[in-house]
Amino acid sequence: MANIIEISHLTKSFGGAAVVNDVSLAVREGEFVTLLGPSGCGKTTTLRLIAGFEYPDVGTVLVGGEDVTDLPPYRRPVNTVFQDYALFPHMTVAQNVGYGLRIAGVARVDIARRVGEALRMVDLLDKIQAMPAELSGGQRQRVALARAIIRQPKVLLLDEPLSALDVKLREAMQVELKHLHNRLGITFLLVTHDQKEALVMSDRVLVMDAGRIVQAGRPADLYDRPASPYVADFLGSSNLLEATVAAIESDRIVAAARSARIAALSNGVRFQLGERVLVAVRPEKALLVALEADLPGHFNRLEGTVIENLFHGHTLRTGVDIGLAAPFVVDSQLQQALSQTQAPAPGIRVAVGIDPANVTLFPGERGR
Amino acid sequence: MKLAQRRRLAILGVLMPPLLWTLVFMIVPYAIMFTYSFWTKKFPTFVPDFQFGNYALLFADPQYYQVLLRTLKIALLVSIAALLLAYPLAYFLVFKVRSPRLRLGIYMATVVPLWVSYLLRAYTWKTILGSEGVINSFLVWSGVLAQPTDLFLYNQFSMVLTLTYIFIPFMVMPIYTALEKIPRSLIEASKDLGVARLPTFVMITLPLSVPGILAGFTFTFCLTFGDFVAPFLVGGPNGSMIANTVQTQFGTALNWPLGAALSIVMLAIVLSIISLSDRFERAGRLDLA
Repeated sequence: MANIIEISHLTKSFGGAAVVNDVSLAVREGEFVTLLGPSGCGKTTTLRLIAGFEYPDVGTVLVGGEDVTDLPPYRRPVNTVFQDYALFPHMTVAQNVGYGLRIAGVARVDIARRVGEALRMVDLLDKIQAMPAELSGGQRQRVALARAIIRQPKVLLLDEPLSALDVKLREAMQVELKHLHNRLGITFLLVTHDQKEALVMSDRVLVMDAGRIVQAGRPADLYDRPASPYVADFLGSSNLLEATVAAIESDRIVAAARSARIAALSNGVRFQLGERVLVAVRPEKALLVALEADLPGHFNRLEGTVIENLFHGHTLRTGVDIGLAAPFVVDSQLQQALSQTQAPAPGIRVAVGIDPANVTLFPGERGR
Repeated sequence: MKLAQRRRLAILGVLMPPLLWTLVFMIVPYAIMFTYSFWTKKFPTFVPDFQFGNYALLFADPQYYQVLLRTLKIALLVSIAALLLAYPLAYFLVFKVRSPRLRLGIYMATVVPLWVSYLLRAYTWKTILGSEGVINSFLVWSGVLAQPTDLFLYNQFSMVLTLTYIFIPFMVMPIYTALEKIPRSLIEASKDLGVARLPTFVMITLPLSVPGILAGFTFTFCLTFGDFVAPFLVGGPNGSMIANTVQTQFGTALNWPLGAALSIVMLAIVLSIISLSDRFERAGRLDLA
């Protein structure tokens, strides 16, 4: 499939600080791509550079093979769903959705038909004559979506479209957006700081940090094989332990953090003996067992004291003091009610088991 | 005493001074004036009466209704001139000036003359437009004119010019506020939907700034309508306005009943304009949040 968006060496500075720093990316036709990162990482500015609300200092933006770098927003074949929806308050829902077509001089009957289609697509046909102020947040969101898809853009840009909705509605809209993407076949480029949203919806995620793309890949790849401690911690959460390489075996590397020794599969990555490393272990990939219980032989075994239990509904997060600066966090799936579960009380000595395949080593002293 | 009773008494205590003030200095004088407007002039003064002769005279004698019409015309011209000047300025300040400090600076420069004496500001134009004024001196010096002209001063043009200058801050302020309240994302959304700059202005920015225009128009119109200093300073013989006539009736003409009737008509006009613009504003009030 052809690339619908191609960005090369895009740089944009505000007041001398590079907000977007030499970003290059390509989006294939029909793909659902997410730019993920904390606020201030440059993801929204990247989106605005594609939409045409900002012009880059350096670099080019190609949409559908056409160089649109210097085109104003109204000449670009993309449409945006804004974070605050940006519905025109002095127009009805129908006028909002049909606005672009009306100004473009499309015939009245065609506008009415296409507005109807777009609103049916977002299931809001009954509010066609309402004013934006009369709608709920979720409904405004749908109007904004209908307005953005009615011109059949080559790319739909979504700037944190769900951040203003409450959790339940947000999760429902995530699924709905994904379905809409499948039905329309339009390329979606989403900007979000919500890692869950990115993992649920996207075909591909680009993680940004300080104006650069630090890793790109399918959600599962990013989650399971983060390229840096930053990604490991931003997507999901990770126990990050500072350690030194204590032993290098045929297929395993053993890192030591004080008294704790943790083995990882080497996976072809080369480390020197004595090198400083960062050990990353996801909380749900560690196993909490009683001190006397047996673990599979190849498992790492760390012993410590339970500090606290945090009830997350479907999981129980246990902090274990293993003699390091930060407690080691283990998530246990709750298959029964919490009252039926034998959760180790604070103060109890326990063991933590970790499969070496689930341990990731990063070179130490590199930016987190 | 019960708490509710005590609270009611406290509220009464707080509200009493402003209510008394309004009664003594607003309601009572208006009532007195209203009463006067039905009295009869009887040389050398006037006597209590109840007749509509004063009002009838206002609409029968061209001397009076023409001044009224002229005043309405000048107020309208001043409001339009102020709008045409203030809107681009406010638009420029809100949308084009990037530096907040510069924006505030220009805004303050526009508003600060309000702190300068009104008389001084009106007088300034006398010195600019007068026969010894800046324009005439320049034209004579440069040889365009052989001798100073009085074309610039003592006519309706100089009145509109002066009054526009004096009241333009009242137009800039509400329009600036209205424009500033428009979320930028609305303008971006319009462009995003394929609409170029000018139609975006006509379809989005202008309709959303109408409350500011209405407020500015009402301020400027009503203030001009009641003005009597500018006509006095730069108006000349055919530049006198309704307020000057009122002044004359209460002064040299010594016809208080007629002056009172004129004042009541003025009050009615101003009040109806204010309530009209208020109704428009309410009808178009929108939630920009």
